[in-house]
Amino acid sequence: MIVLAFLIQTLRISIPYLFAASGGVIAERAGVVSLTLEGFMLTGAFTATLGAYYSGDPWVGVLCGVAGGLLAGTLHAIASIRYRADQIVVGIAVNLLAVGITRFFLRLFFESSSNSPRIPGFAGEETSGLFAPFADPLVWLGLLAIPAVAFLIGRTPFGLRVRAVGEHPEAATTVGVNVPRVRYAAVILSGVLASLGGVYLALDQHQFTDQMTAGRGFIALAAIIFGRWDPARAGIACLLFAAAESLQIQLQTVQAIPSQFVSMIPYVLTIVALAGVVGRAVPPAALGKAD
Amino acid sequence: MSTSATPLPPAASAAPQPPRPVAGQRGMRSALEEALLPPLVALLIALVVGDILILTFGESPRQVYRLLIEGTWGNPYGLGQVLFKATTLIFTGLAVSLGLRAGLFNIGAESQLAAGGFAAAVAGLTLAAGTPAIIAIPLCILAAAAGGAAVGAIPGVLKARFGAHEVIVTIMLNFIVLAFLNWIVAARMAVPETLHTAEMRAGTVPRLADSMGAFHGSAANWTILVALAAAGLVWWYLERTRAGYELRAVGLQPDAAEYGGVRVGGVWIRAMMFAGALAGLGGINQVLGYKHYYEDAFTGGAGFLGIAVALVGRNHPLGVVLAALFFATLSQGGLAIHALVPKQMVEVLQGIVILAVATSVPEVRRLLRESAARGVR
Repeated sequence: MIVLAFLIQTLRISIPYLFAASGGVIAERAGVVSLTLEGFMLTGAFTATLGAYYSGDPWVGVLCGVAGGLLAGTLHAIASIRYRADQIVVGIAVNLLAVGITRFFLRLFFESSSNSPRIPGFAGEETSGLFAPFADPLVWLGLLAIPAVAFLIGRTPFGLRVRAVGEHPEAATTVGVNVPRVRYAAVILSGVLASLGGVYLALDQHQFTDQMTAGRGFIALAAIIFGRWDPARAGIACLLFAAAESLQIQLQTVQAIPSQFVSMIPYVLTIVALAGVVGRAVPPAALGKAD
Repeated sequence: MSTSATPLPPAASAAPQPPRPVAGQRGMRSALEEALLPPLVALLIALVVGDILILTFGESPRQVYRLLIEGTWGNPYGLGQVLFKATTLIFTGLAVSLGLRAGLFNIGAESQLAAGGFAAAVAGLTLAAGTPAIIAIPLCILAAAAGGAAVGAIPGVLKARFGAHEVIVTIMLNFIVLAFLNWIVAARMAVPETLHTAEMRAGTVPRLADSMGAFHGSAANWTILVALAAAGLVWWYLERTRAGYELRAVGLQPDAAEYGGVRVGGVWIRAMMFAGALAGLGGINQVLGYKHYYEDAFTGGAGFLGIAVALVGRNHPLGVVLAALFFATLSQGGLAIHALVPKQMVEVLQGIVILAVATSVPEVRRLLRESAARGVR
């Protein structure tokens, strides 16, 4: 019973990571740095809250969340691809903007500096108990995201192009691939997928709270790097990181390890992976390069 | 001439490089234009976005901007607060820009700043009460630099030894160091019911208000002189020393520098340690000059804003000082306009400025190159 509760909690915690990591993998494999996942999620969470609040329908929230992610992704794409701005700087700017804009509009729409009013979600009041999370279609979607992206990148012509522009854009151009167009598609898709992670958070908690993504976008980025830019491995890393958090919550009463040390796990593992102690994490060759 | 031109951010250095302008009047002019145009473009874009945001709130932009200026440079208290906020930003801006000059993107200023502040507070707590200021203050300042340098050294070593990308390492380190400091303060050192340490026994720096009554109430303190001295020192190091020359060479072309006999790995480690030390020094403003204790999460994004400061200041120490004043004005101004428009507006504007500078740098460079090629000027 305890094991089952632990597993289900792990799944719940992993959903935002799975969405964000599946999006980030696409953009990074296309050669565009994904420091923006955090901002995408936060934007998605906020626009989903707006949609769900004003319509009373969580599905409208999902649509609005996706639209928010689409917009944020497009902004990132235009700055990084059209204007060839430094992708790391753009990432930081988009994240800052997401925090600022959501705070500003939180004040404008809900006259609050901390949270929105209650919004409808998928899991209603009456569905409680162990399996309640599975009533949420976004949980299923989140579990599907990684396999879908793995298929997209590994088995489709579009995925082949994504990998080509991320590894060797010049060669891709020579064989007639439109490099900017593939990158636009990849970055915008990453915005949409990552925003769904934020949508899930907002609908699951039935409200938007200021900075509610709380660094989850960076944990997803850590999972991508720890998973060596492979969707399946990144997905496993997401589950691993979520399991550590879940374990910490289960052990809270025991006070065995301070929570701060558990929260460090993804970041420490990522640095270790980058330093190449347990097999080198090698990024896509053209990652971060303007052209 | 070309040595004083602002260096390119690291990712841009991977892009094809425009030919360097030939030394002389024209080269200098275009270098200046290349340095100054992006921040001006960014300022204009920010003004337009600011207008739109103000209008969505149904206020008059003119009124809001007037309030912003009055609440910052318009009175001694506001000015004091701007100077206080600028002090930390000068340090973190220098920390980011020094890294960039070496071709390294230091996103870790936030945790380096926290570590510096923590080390300064620990030094001040360890010293015996009544230690003369002339000994205590320099010791605490050194502790701050050492704390930041220790955190900064890690990405430097990992990059030099293992080729680990400093951007990812510094981002991850931010989380690790901040969580660690949060734990050690909360579990071991906090005054009960708070998240800060006890007050330091020695090493505090007087406020400006102590000798200039007009600044009364503002947190501005004499550590701003250390910040200005640090800016001067960074300029001297980069432009007048052999080590600084090597650092810039590595930043422009690591392979060429290596071929020229520079130990690139060593320069990376040194640059990250110096950058960390600079960010760590930022802690003295808050800890020695204002609170006199280390408070969890005191950094409040000043390390990340250092990236914006370095970018807008075009990686030149003088530019960094001016940009720090600009961003400090924005953030203090946010409080001044809060009655009319939410202060969160300035956070949006900060993001816009960064984005606009980042996008206009390559664009301005391209336009200048095109117009030079056409022989317009």
